[in-house]
Amino acid sequence: MSTHNTLTPPPNDWWRHPIGRDEVLWISIAAAWCVIMTFMMVYWYFAGNQNQAGEAYRISPEAFAAKADEMVDKYTIRTETELEVPVVAVPPGGDVYIVSSQYQWNVIPELKLGETYRFHLSSVDVNHGFSLQPINVNLQLVPGYDYVLNFTPNAVGEYNMVCNEYCGLAHHVMVGRLYVVE
Amino acid sequence: MSNDSEFRTCPDTGLRIHLPAEKLMKANAVAAVVFLLIGGLFGLAVALTRWPAVHLLPAEWFYIALTAHGTDILVVWIIFFEMAVLYFTSTVLLNSRMATPKVGWVAFALMLGGAVMANVVILDGSSTVMFTSYPPLKANPLFYLGLILFAVGALLVCFIFLGTLVIAKQEKTYEGSLPLVVFGALIAAIIAIFTIASGAIILIPTLLWSLGLVGNIDPQMYRLVWWAFGHSSQQINMAAQIAIWYGIAALLFGAKPLSEKVSRMAFFLYLLALQLGSAHHLLSDPGGSMSFRVFNTSYAMYIAVLGSMIHAFTIPGSIEAAQREKGLNNGLFEWLRKAPWGNPVFSGMFLSLVLFGFIGGITGVTMSVQQINMIIHNTTYVPGHFHGTVAAGTTLAFMALTYWLLPVLWRRDVFMPKVAQWSTWMFGLGMGGFAIFFMAAGHLGVARRHWDMTFAGNPLGFEYSATVYLFMGASGITAVIGSLGALAYILCTVGTILIGKRRPDDAAPAVSPEGVEAITSYGNRGKGWEAPGSLVLVAVFMVFLVVYYFANWKYLGSVWGIR
Ligand code: HEM
Ligand SMILES: [Cu+2]
Ligand SMILES: [Cu+2]
Repeated sequence: MSTHNTLTPPPNDWWRHPIGRDEVLWISIAAAWCVIMTFMMVYWYFAGNQNQAGEAYRISPEAFAAKADEMVDKYTIRTETELEVPVVAVPPGGDVYIVSSQYQWNVIPELKLGETYRFHLSSVDVNHGFSLQPINVNLQLVPGYDYVLNFTPNAVGEYNMVCNEYCGLAHHVMVGRLYVVE
Repeated sequence: MSNDSEFRTCPDTGLRIHLPAEKLMKANAVAAVVFLLIGGLFGLAVALTRWPAVHLLPAEWFYIALTAHGTDILVVWIIFFEMAVLYFTSTVLLNSRMATPKVGWVAFALMLGGAVMANVVILDGSSTVMFTSYPPLKANPLFYLGLILFAVGALLVCFIFLGTLVIAKQEKTYEGSLPLVVFGALIAAIIAIFTIASGAIILIPTLLWSLGLVGNIDPQMYRLVWWAFGHSSQQINMAAQIAIWYGIAALLFGAKPLSEKVSRMAFFLYLLALQLGSAHHLLSDPGGSMSFRVFNTSYAMYIAVLGSMIHAFTIPGSIEAAQREKGLNNGLFEWLRKAPWGNPVFSGMFLSLVLFGFIGGITGVTMSVQQINMIIHNTTYVPGHFHGTVAAGTTLAFMALTYWLLPVLWRRDVFMPKVAQWSTWMFGLGMGGFAIFFMAAGHLGVARRHWDMTFAGNPLGFEYSATVYLFMGASGITAVIGSLGALAYILCTVGTILIGKRRPDDAAPAVSPEGVEAITSYGNRGKGWEAPGSLVLVAVFMVFLVVYYFANWKYLGSVWGIR
């Protein structure tokens, strides 16, 4: 008993020894902090502008690609680069389909400042990452799932979509563009 | 019944060691260190590629090396070492023989065979899928099979551990309740059993799919179940590393827990919500309602977070109380200043505790907030965070324990003790720095698992700011320092085993659990303010955490509306 430590069995009545006040104090602070952190998530869900839970639907890659093609046919205003990536200007409130595939983004969306758009994010092959720079918003794109979120841009400029989920040996070439205009 | 000829008594520590268990401890520890070397060299190569000014590897080899690094170091090194810890705690600390040594060797062979198999098919380029292997990216079937064999081996060792506890109880090799450290190891083993079951549930169908026997693996379901495995693995690491921290506090200071009740309860909290924590890897994924997400990140996560925060006070607190009892009672921090900082067992232990808490802990709690997750997901912030936990935390704690185990198990003096002294500091501060710079770059948007942040020649590419390049360069330099620390540790370990000076059998104890003055005033904690210095340390920790946490909310509030 005189040599009791963390490596030896405790005295028989260990569970009857009182807990020190310092421990009680620290456990109370730590537990209160955990409650505050829980509250913050709920609070932000109701009061905050950024919540990525969104909506999600199962959809086949073919059906998703077909909807995206329809959008491209309807709203393309020009193309950019020698790859002729379509720049699409979907009207405010409309559905913007972002199709990721090895190793490209289907379109360059052009959005209006302060308007809200219904973004549909998915992949037609493997997992990809939607990383919007420089605001650094990052979402996971999973094939077979339509991830729906309402985006409201708050600053004009040229943005980039970087793939930040490993998607194959040329993963690092997968970068695209997005415009926000007045 | 136990047979005395199967035991030896360690002349340094007085511990009774079961020889068949000792052989298994040595084999598992050596295998661990070999894979730390392999995985560490891959890590160094990856870090030198992400350092923009060096950009060492070509793209394909970067992704191969990254897959090998994650697999060899997070899975193979860590788990082999934990197997040695399970054998040590259940036999040596309980003064018991081990259950079924033969099965122990079968488990070892399965794990080694599985690890080698996975490495072969990673290095031949047929499994460049990262260690997470999210389908529908497909690896060579032998990659999944290798991981499954490895996991089955580890599962067997968990059952041997439980069997040994039963033997020790039946043969009354100890009295009363399990020692705290063994209790912690038991928690780790229980979590491991759940974890490995999850791994099997997801990897076996994936193996069949890769063989063409199953049509389709739902990629989202895979992510959910895979992380029940991947996240719980980190809870095993937590429990094992905390048991080691408590153990080293006793080995070096004779420390006893401030209160057995509190420390045991804190371990127990890890079990309560174990199965659910995994969802915090899916916070920026499609699917999962808000209430599911909040439940998983709050109740399921914060229960474990609470357990960890309790240990964060009670471990330094137990050292402080022991030191004060020995007269180091001046001011708030004499007990810490006069601790044996030149002993790598202590420096490794205390650094890993501090780095784990301040780097891994603070950032982990912040990034697993449902909404904040969106501004770090899959950036270099994520590997930055977990090098603060598994590298500067768990791995460094294992290194510290190794320096204590080497003379005990191999009966040799630690080879090049000066180098050993440096190794913990270099690895800890190197990895800690690497973690911070990688996280800084991640805050500014750099993608993880990415070969070319310059997007060279890509008409849609863009340029990151000079600050980002500065952080990535600094991450490269600190990664080199950390790697040198790891190499120094491997040099000392292998050197000791092969050519270390043999210890005479009547050697003066180097470090001994019984040799250090034990603390006798159990239960007489006075007013319960025996550890004011540690209380100040956790208060500083809390201030950092609160400030950092709300700073991230502020950053989140500035981005686009996303609902
Ligand atoms: C020896 C020193 C080490 C160095 C220089 C190092 C460096 C790195 C680097 C540069 C990355 C790549 C990040 C990226 O581009 O996404 C990485 C990833 C990783 N590291 Fe380390 N690391 C070291 C030690 C460790 C240790 C000790 C562990 C765990 C015990 C560890 C676990 C991981 C894991 C799990 C990944 C993620 C792999 C993936 O994304 O698939 N590393 N490391
Ligand atoms: Cu991609
Ligand atoms: Cu990618």
